[in-house]
Amino acid sequence: MERDERIALFQKWFSDTIPHNKALGLKVIDARRGFASMQLEWREELVGNPETGVLAGGPLTAMLDGCCGMAVATMLKEPMPFATLDLRIDYAKPATPGKPVIAEAECYRITSSVAFTRAFAHHGDARDPIAAAAGTFMLGTKGKVTRAQSIGAETKI
Amino acid sequence: MSALLERLAEARKAGEVGRLAEAIPYARWMRIAPENGTGELLTRMRYHGDLIGNTFLPAIHGGTLGAMLEMAAIFHLLWETETETVPKIVNITVDYLRSARPVDVIAAAKVTKQGRRMVNVFAEAWQDDRSKPVATANAHFLVKSDADAEPSL
Repeated sequence: MERDERIALFQKWFSDTIPHNKALGLKVIDARRGFASMQLEWREELVGNPETGVLAGGPLTAMLDGCCGMAVATMLKEPMPFATLDLRIDYAKPATPGKPVIAEAECYRITSSVAFTRAFAHHGDARDPIAAAAGTFMLGTKGKVTRAQSIGAETKI
Repeated sequence: MSALLERLAEARKAGEVGRLAEAIPYARWMRIAPENGTGELLTRMRYHGDLIGNTFLPAIHGGTLGAMLEMAAIFHLLWETETETVPKIVNITVDYLRSARPVDVIAAAKVTKQGRRMVNVFAEAWQDDRSKPVATANAHFLVKSDADAEPSL
């Protein structure tokens, strides 16, 4: 599958059809095996401090969770339901008002029951992070597998 | 004094903690607000369709649970402690215990350790049954601005 086609598919199943990701307006920038990247545009509604215009922590938490989950999905050769087990976020510095935030997540290890991820949020330079995240995912959780969770098999990434 | 701290002073005078959320655009957008009708400060995230993360189950997005636990910790620090600055989050660790159904989520927070500059807060979120939390979190907040902070912890 071509890169553009693959990214369009990730956009569809990880943002357009996941109500909260869609509400945030998350845009998929990249997806390849073990790696996922998304972008969040600055919006007044997402601000935590109206005096400074700095984004609240919440939209970053949701984006990092979603991006780590997407990195997990790229590693699944067989469709499988999974869910976040825990997520740690370190807030390194405030996001600059008006600037889009980019998240980049890596799934660096996957076992039969757990996937380990880490991620950074930044304004274009990953060495100057706004936030760092570490997320663990439980694989084979109950419920029906979603299209997002089948994407690894679908794209043969 | 910041607008949020001014809002806090007004809210205290009126005894209406819910006013704190009005000053935060993200809290309004997410429909997250504190309430103290029971005598205990609780934070509620009112269910709406945009909170969904998994349409198949359906379940509320984990990121929104992290966000509301963080807001619950901030509201707790503002209302229940003698903070003179708006608490600044340093980090948060969220544990996901159960999938959250498409109904309201309620959270309570407590201070585990109050230092002069740093506070450690624990928060838990549940839906219908408080004994079955959907998520818990530990977070650190700076509660004193860097400018007037003492050099030691």
